[in-house]
Amino acid sequence: MRILIKLAWRNLFRNHRRTLIMLSAITVGVWAMIFMTAMTQGMVSQMVHDGISVIPGHVQARNPNYGDDPTVNNLLPVPDSGIAGRLEGRGFSSWSTRLSVPAVISSERESRGVTLLGIDPEREADFTFVDLETIDGRYLEGVSDQGVLIGAKLLERLKTRLGNRIVLMSQTPDNDIADRGFRIVGVFNAKVELWEETWVLTGKETLQTMLGVPDQVTEAIVFGDNYRQVDEVADSVGDVFDNSVSVQRWTELDRYLGTMLEVMDGFTLVWVVVIFLALSFGLVNTLVMAVFERVREIGLMLALGMRPSSILGQIVIESMLLLIIGLALGNVLAWLSVSAFPDGIDVSIVAKGMEMMGASSILMLDLRLQDVVLANSVVLILGFLASLSPAWRASRYDPIEAIHKVD
Amino acid sequence: MSAVRCVDVCKTYRQGDEDIHALDHVSIEIANGGFVCLSAPSGGGKTTLLNAIGGLDVPDSGEIYIDEQRIDNLNKGELAALRLQKIGFVFQAFNLIPVLSARENVEFVMQVQGVAADKRRSLAMSILDEVGLGGLEERRPAEMSGGQQQRVAVARAIVSRPALVLADEPTANLDSKTSDELMELFTELNTHHRTTFIIATHDRRVMSYAKRLIKMLDGRIVDDIAQA
Repeated sequence: MRILIKLAWRNLFRNHRRTLIMLSAITVGVWAMIFMTAMTQGMVSQMVHDGISVIPGHVQARNPNYGDDPTVNNLLPVPDSGIAGRLEGRGFSSWSTRLSVPAVISSERESRGVTLLGIDPEREADFTFVDLETIDGRYLEGVSDQGVLIGAKLLERLKTRLGNRIVLMSQTPDNDIADRGFRIVGVFNAKVELWEETWVLTGKETLQTMLGVPDQVTEAIVFGDNYRQVDEVADSVGDVFDNSVSVQRWTELDRYLGTMLEVMDGFTLVWVVVIFLALSFGLVNTLVMAVFERVREIGLMLALGMRPSSILGQIVIESMLLLIIGLALGNVLAWLSVSAFPDGIDVSIVAKGMEMMGASSILMLDLRLQDVVLANSVVLILGFLASLSPAWRASRYDPIEAIHKVD
Repeated sequence: MSAVRCVDVCKTYRQGDEDIHALDHVSIEIANGGFVCLSAPSGGGKTTLLNAIGGLDVPDSGEIYIDEQRIDNLNKGELAALRLQKIGFVFQAFNLIPVLSARENVEFVMQVQGVAADKRRSLAMSILDEVGLGGLEERRPAEMSGGQQQRVAVARAIVSRPALVLADEPTANLDSKTSDELMELFTELNTHHRTTFIIATHDRRVMSYAKRLIKMLDGRIVDDIAQA
């Protein structure tokens, strides 16, 4: 084995220029695989993170009938102190309850359909989609806050101003109209304009009182540690509520987002394979040339008693060494490139397009170990397979014909 | 015991519409420690016979024995193992692996055989010294003359003490002085180590060193002369 590695290593640097060109191609290819994957995953991660802040939560507990009839007739009792204690006991510090209903908002000049949210502002501050830094006016002060927080875009649509009164109208469990005047106490900005138009926030107890559903909510929302690992969270939340509720994962609550995550994970593999396929032409060509130039040498080794399998091994090892060096350089380059953008990449030139996809104009890079492992594995496994053909060809040479081959 | 025994060996090549009888019912026996030259004009069959004896080519019919082991019916892997363990080769040209030094080239066969590194190195240094290449051990083939390269090839061929060394036109690319030096080396190794040499050549100077001269023509043995 040592002789095969020694021969492969020395043969690798026999034609410096060709090896360096191929190494450069592998390095750039691996860098592109990892860096582009980090960009894609960063974008997806950000979109999912933002999406989850709107859903919100990694899982939600709801009344089991809410799925078929999503109205205020199918609400959930506000979790008592026992449930709250158990949620926190299981490490779910980010959780809250909400009352969410469709409503019509009317200013003195315009009316629009919105989703009215009664929230616990203190609990939601950890994960809200509202940009707390740029609120014009103030954020909600508690569950009994009687003001409303609306988005900047909705404010514009309603042709009203901060401090003005608006009327919100919704439906009670008895199918009566419930309406109430609110003062706009704050105007928020969000990453996606649509969110500014859709959501209107008030104190949870204020909304419960308006609809006549005291101590009831539409959903309990819970965050785990990782949006990709929500099954355990869902099981745990089901246990906490003694399985009396319907527990839904974010992937079920926002199927578009869930599907997109799956598609992007698949896309990463496709992307890595496509880049490798382009690289493989160069790799195979390099090996074919290397074999072609060494026909007589290979014939000599066969004549001296080296087994064909050792010739095959030598060429494959040569290919693997080339790939391993290229991978090492590509990985380091990718890591350096990702490290160079700790605050993300500003893509504000295509901000509108990004916003339409639900992403912000700062593209964060997410270098995940499993993506690096995937890229490296694909290169090594497919590289091994690609090198088999020229290696097999070399091992099948007839020693006599090979030794007497004329250049 | 004979080092090589060929019994009624035939080999025919097809060239266009014509059958070329490269070996035509060849039977020979070469004793251990023999120093034999196969002489023939180009196309006479000497290289084909040498390749058949070395297990590099398989005859169409007949039997070939090396150390009384029949080899004409072995598969590729078995033939490779036979060449590795029992036969040393010296070819006309392109004898060495360019990326290895002289010492590493000599060690190559032993390394494939699985000889321990220390023993390998010591044997290689000793044999290189014996063939007059002491001090040039770490030179690559490109840094050596043709004669020096052939000496390295000879050192590699004999270092693991094979029963048989086959040399195909070993002096074809050498000047007369270097050719003589190489043949003297062969003679010395044959005398001291009792290594059997079979040399295919059409060089009369080389033939003069052989103890036995086998002449071939059109694939047949036409003369077999013992020389003083």
